[in-house]
Amino acid sequence: MIPERLVNWIVFAGLLAVPLWAIVVDEPFTITLVTRAVILAIAAVGLNIALGIGGLVSLGHAVFFGLGGYAMGILAYHAQTYTSLDLFGLSLAGTKSMPIIWLVAVVMSALAAWIIGLLSLRTSGVYFIMITLAFGQMFYYFAISWSTYGGEDGLSIYVRNGFPGLNTLVPIQFFGLCFALLCIVLFLNARLQNAPFGLALNAARQVPTRVETVGLNPMRLKLVAFVISGAITGLAGALFADLNRFVSPTMFSWQLSGELIVLIIIGGVGRLYGPVVGACLFVALEHWLGALTEFWHVYLGLILLAIVLFARGGIIGLLTGKEGAHV
Amino acid sequence: MSTLLIIEQVLNGLQFGVMLFLMAAGLTLIFGVMGLINLAHGSLYMIGAFAAAAVAGATGSFVLALGAALAVAAIAGALIEMTVIRRLYGKAHLDQVLATFALILIFSEGTRWLFGSFPLFLDIPDYLSGPVTLPGAIQYPLYRLTLIAVGLLVGLGLWALIERTRIGIQIRAGENDREMIAALGVDIRLLYTLVFAIGAALAGLAGALVGAIQSVQVGMGEPVLILAFVVIVIGGIGSIKGAFIGALLVGLTDTLGGIFLPELFKLFMEPGAATQTGSALASMAIYILMSLVLIWRPTGLFGARA
Repeated sequence: MIPERLVNWIVFAGLLAVPLWAIVVDEPFTITLVTRAVILAIAAVGLNIALGIGGLVSLGHAVFFGLGGYAMGILAYHAQTYTSLDLFGLSLAGTKSMPIIWLVAVVMSALAAWIIGLLSLRTSGVYFIMITLAFGQMFYYFAISWSTYGGEDGLSIYVRNGFPGLNTLVPIQFFGLCFALLCIVLFLNARLQNAPFGLALNAARQVPTRVETVGLNPMRLKLVAFVISGAITGLAGALFADLNRFVSPTMFSWQLSGELIVLIIIGGVGRLYGPVVGACLFVALEHWLGALTEFWHVYLGLILLAIVLFARGGIIGLLTGKEGAHV
Repeated sequence: MSTLLIIEQVLNGLQFGVMLFLMAAGLTLIFGVMGLINLAHGSLYMIGAFAAAAVAGATGSFVLALGAALAVAAIAGALIEMTVIRRLYGKAHLDQVLATFALILIFSEGTRWLFGSFPLFLDIPDYLSGPVTLPGAIQYPLYRLTLIAVGLLVGLGLWALIERTRIGIQIRAGENDREMIAALGVDIRLLYTLVFAIGAALAGLAGALVGAIQSVQVGMGEPVLILAFVVIVIGGIGSIKGAFIGALLVGLTDTLGGIFLPELFKLFMEPGAATQTGSALASMAIYILMSLVLIWRPTGLFGARA
């Protein structure tokens, strides 16, 4: 059995090594694939804060992913058409600058997570799963019927947005940017897990009553976790939209919310690198199985079923021989 | 806006609601008795529709097609209960969500592999097609009227099954205390398989019935599944009565909202913007309804436990 720390280092090194190797052999598409995995990993790390530590099974995290995507889409759309964005009487200019887009994406998704969290956290168990799903569907149908920004067809952005000092159109440079963000997010997650807040949140998942007796408010802990989680997933949404240079209502779809949970489960719930391993495996399966057979989802389904029924710790659990923390 | 149109839309809403009830009844029964949240219920709906379309294509008989839908969905339900679902009772909801999500992937792609990506068509039989004239000179399609009747009859049958038969007593007892009823000598495993098969058969029937007015295609089950979840969450998970009232509420809100909200907004907005806002809001209406209900009563209208 391999220690978890070693597994983490191997994954980390692998994520860096594969794109570098791809440069050497000149296969830019591989870099794009790894970038995709990195972005999905950021989204799943975000969800893992709510799901893994807080025990909040949100089947609506696509809301934040989609909001991030549309934040990028709308800002870049106004920049590329030289039109202004009119909001509450204010006339704002669009932008092609990534840092500003990221900020908007994070703030918008945090705000949405705060409102959705306030309403949803009144419920628990299955009702929580269902109400988050309902919020996801609300945004999905809203995006479909909102014809100003493409409706069902979505929005295409011609040129990838820029980052000061980098040429983001070069795959490896965009990868580097996403990878750096993943590192920051992972670092935050690790700090959070061991900080008083993380410990209290962990306790609020396991024994809410005890947390309440020592004078902490489990509701507020969960709400803060939900907001942080939504903000990170929103950031990933903006990156994902930039990777594809395209946003559409499918970013809000409930299948995406389901897939984000799947990433975490494949990797290992509540583990720092669980979402990263899950995202890499998911993208690899999608690429290889997708090339072999059109019906690769059958195999994904079978793998998922096997993991849920027989390997509760996910891949990291299998490698380290520990079942690990569970929801 | 004429009264005629309103009555027609109310009937459409009822028809939609009653079909949702067939889906929701199975879901809520399965949750009530086994405590299982089953995302794959939409797949059983799809399986019913495909079985019906295949049999109708081969034999030309609509009645046989419905029989096939019931039988195939029930068998598929019993099979997945015995192989997969059985292992999920008493596990965390997260596990149930994931395992049944996996079943959706397997069933959807499996069906695509068997039948291809193109939609199949299931025709309304001649004796059920065409309009009928209702009192007040309202023309309404006979088939949709039949759907309302079938749905209400099935609802009645389900009520009789649960309230008036021995199996119904066992099901209700299983909801309250599974150890006790097992101790009294009831084969609880068989009972669970049966409940799951009944739920599956209802979903299959709904799929076949609705398949005749829409197209039969892969992925047809998921939108209905989500609506059925909205229904049981509004009604209170585990309550058949709640599922019935929730289904009618959702059916009527969705149908009437799509027609009347744009009109309502036209009263104080310019027509173009009103249509846009109205239809956007209409497509979100049932989810807004659901969140309002949950905020007001966190366990639904008739739900007892979380």
